[in-house]
Amino acid sequence: MNLANVLSNFSNIVIPLIIFYIIATGIANKVNVYDEFLTGARDGMKTVAGIMPTLIGLMIAVGVLRASGFLDFLGQLLATAFSALSIPAPILPVILIKMFSSSAATGLVLDIFKTYGPDSEIGFLTSIIMSSTETIFYTMSVYFLAAKVKKTRYTLPGALIATLAGIVASFWIVGYML
Amino acid sequence: MLNYLWAFMILTGIIYGAFHGTMAEISSAALDSAKEAVTLCITMLGVMSFWTGLMQIAQKAGIITSMTRKILPFLRFLFPSLYGEKRALEYISTNVIANTLGLGWACTPAGLKAMEEMQKIRLRRGENPDIASNEMCGFLILNISSLQLIPVNMIVYRSQYGSVDPTAIIAPAIVATLCSTLAGIIFLKIADIPSHHSNGTDRSKEGL
Repeated sequence: MNLANVLSNFSNIVIPLIIFYIIATGIANKVNVYDEFLTGARDGMKTVAGIMPTLIGLMIAVGVLRASGFLDFLGQLLATAFSALSIPAPILPVILIKMFSSSAATGLVLDIFKTYGPDSEIGFLTSIIMSSTETIFYTMSVYFLAAKVKKTRYTLPGALIATLAGIVASFWIVGYML
Repeated sequence: MLNYLWAFMILTGIIYGAFHGTMAEISSAALDSAKEAVTLCITMLGVMSFWTGLMQIAQKAGIITSMTRKILPFLRFLFPSLYGEKRALEYISTNVIANTLGLGWACTPAGLKAMEEMQKIRLRRGENPDIASNEMCGFLILNISSLQLIPVNMIVYRSQYGSVDPTAIIAPAIVATLCSTLAGIIFLKIADIPSHHSNGTDRSKEGL
């Protein structure tokens, strides 16, 4: 069995395994699993309701940008500039914006899914890059603000190296799998 | 930041559209996108509620507490100078586990508490509080390297847009996340080396 097979088999079984493990452990510890599930599900609904205005706002913004033709223009511009790196043009804006705002990047990702489909090479690559990177500048500003720290020393280089490693790994895996 | 980004996106779109004759497309896109966001949220309601419901069971069954305890040795390896600082380590491990399981709402409060706690330690040790300590830098790098193992949100988006196999990304995403986290850990371990020699007393100089 090669790596691609191992990865796709693991993807298939992991969710059922997690569900089984959590519910079985709950029953073994005499937890009212169904009642607790409902409590948690209610919290989840609140979370989604909370991000709904954000999603509406950002999807409108990306929708306007896409319909105006600007997004294609930007894509062509970036494609010429980064052609040496052989990164598909639509992914570049996602990588750049993800450093500042996860929800704004999500707007672009949904646009990619709509245009190319989530199972296309670009769609798959985008999914994995989004899953393995974080919003660098947002996280740093919130966390360091909480501690009232002004000099962040080697945090930014470290964060950039970790992010770069995640992106390179995403390309490598997708190249291997597809 | 999002303030300007959002305004920039919309204003640029309209100005660009005015010069390229796509104003009609823009009007319909604005309305369609708003509708689409709501449709997406309805799909999300199901999957997110399902996941948070499971996590609530995991919490009550003590799975999250025991996971938090299990990663303590790993955290002691990452942050040797926090040895004996029980509260800070507890907040860090809660944050790391919540991050790993994709419990976004649970990781930020614990993460902020961890930062405050590390700042208290720094003040207690008489170090300059304006400059981030090695532990703070390391903790942030770890957080930003992405720890989430199951990308629940991406799975929802994929299924909403007609993926035949929305969960196919789980294993590749775990491998990519491990690579980024490993790179982060190697970096912070290398950056951390000088502090072992200066014995943690005058780390403020490194920031300059």
